[in-house]
Amino acid sequence: MAYKIIKSQCTVCGACEFECPNAAIRMKGDTYIIDPVKCTECEGQFDAPQCAAVCPVPKTCVPA
Amino acid sequence: MGQIVSLASLTSAKSTEDMRKALEGGGCASSSCGSSDGPSDMAPEIWDKIKDHPCYSEEAHHYFARMHVAVAPACNIQCNYCNRKYDCANESRPGVVSEKLTPEDAARKVITVANEVPQLSVLGIAGPGDACYDWKKTKATFYSIAKEIPDIKLCLSTNGLALPDHVDEIADMNIDHVTITINMVDPQVGVGIYPWIFYQHKRWTGLDASKILHERQMLGLEMLTSRGILTKINSVMIPGVNDHHLPEVNKVVKAKGAFLHNIMPLISDPAHGTHYGLTGQRGPTAAELKTLQDQLSDGTKLMRHCRQCRADAVGLLGEDRGQEFNMVHVPETVTYDPSKREAYREIVAKERGEHVASKEAAKAELRTMSADAKVLVAVATKGGGRINQHFGHAKEFQVYEVGAFGITFVGHRKVESQYCEGGWGEDAALDGVISTLEGIDVVLCSKIGDCPKDQLTAAGIVATDDYAHEWIEAGLTAWFAAAHGDVALRA
Repeated sequence: MAYKIIKSQCTVCGACEFECPNAAIRMKGDTYIIDPVKCTECEGQFDAPQCAAVCPVPKTCVPA
Repeated sequence: MGQIVSLASLTSAKSTEDMRKALEGGGCASSSCGSSDGPSDMAPEIWDKIKDHPCYSEEAHHYFARMHVAVAPACNIQCNYCNRKYDCANESRPGVVSEKLTPEDAARKVITVANEVPQLSVLGIAGPGDACYDWKKTKATFYSIAKEIPDIKLCLSTNGLALPDHVDEIADMNIDHVTITINMVDPQVGVGIYPWIFYQHKRWTGLDASKILHERQMLGLEMLTSRGILTKINSVMIPGVNDHHLPEVNKVVKAKGAFLHNIMPLISDPAHGTHYGLTGQRGPTAAELKTLQDQLSDGTKLMRHCRQCRADAVGLLGEDRGQEFNMVHVPETVTYDPSKREAYREIVAKERGEHVASKEAAKAELRTMSADAKVLVAVATKGGGRINQHFGHAKEFQVYEVGAFGITFVGHRKVESQYCEGGWGEDAALDGVISTLEGIDVVLCSKIGDCPKDQLTAAGIVATDDYAHEWIEAGLTAWFAAAHGDVALRA
């Protein structure tokens, strides 16, 4: 159970990185990635996965 | 005389002596855009804050340069005129940037520019993204640069949503100028502009989104005003969406202490991939923009010299030297050398005095005339406040309205492709320039050939280089007196 970032759509703005409550998102090379081990899809923490809620590009932070 | 001197020649000058010579040779000086008010129109402490800020003072924009660093790319709202994926070096508009910088890169870049561009007075963080939402990066950037270059003016622009959370830190860091983009004071209007916002860990849409945004914008503005921070309000004019609503916005932000209101035309093109671009929402015409600005001119001071610059722009407002200072051109280690900036400031102080005197004289002379005529004059200038650019080289014209009431700066008209590129006049380009000048009565420039002059005459536009290298106001007044002065005498 985790989210992933579609690299080709990502604008590398970094909003997801600092909204993630689990510190699961980091820069790798020239893009952001989500660590599937740390990602909880924000279950029990927020109404919706924070990365997807803040991402400016539709369908870029999606279930893995 | 007839020697052409531009600010560029000052910047490239090797020594103070060279700069002074260049200016004495009949260089450049002043004129009008932004808040066109000078020191006599406002409290000394406010004038002191804005006098070197090209975006806040129309007078300053002839002498001083700004640079933007794109260090804060994350944003907490979506606007229908913005597409975050877009990035192109040939585009000039807010939010567009070619490279995103870390705060450390930004510090190196700013120091490099400060060493090379003596006009630099302002450092702004203006997207893409929101400087207050991506606050840690904004703060780290300002902190490290203020330590190196203590006299640089810091400013930031924001959508306002996260602003109230950081007003105290903004005040502590001596960030003197904050711009809030406020497109509505009625959330119902906001529904057509903002599809969603991200606030308190939640994505809000529809009326809720606009209500929250509006409340936070108003709170942020009030907090800034109460701390004496100068606030500029940017409003994007979107025909059919908020154009009729902007007088109300003007009234509200004025009552809450905004210093300057900048109405910007919507930039909309399908190629930009924005919601408005893709759905055919048009931007306003120059005439529509002017009508609205005129309607608001009794309210908060209006800014009319905004160039809607790129988020990584460098240089005077009419130019962008951003490409020269891409990170690949910035050395690994840099040391700030204040000598060029200091020398330039000394010279500008003198030059400005002369320009202010010339402006006052122009005002007084116009007041003696009784002609009813009111003419729109386009001026070709390279900066410094003088009529000092060749007609065929002008990338933009500064437009003034002149009459017995005085001189008002109206705005600028951009020229898509210069008439004179590489020495050959292109007829197609000239047609483009003529349509850019629609509604203009007179063109003042430093030089114009007979052929373009005749074609302008045929289009009903008088063009002359009789006032080459004059201060803009002096040239405008002299032309007006020659054309309409005799009417005044007869009347």
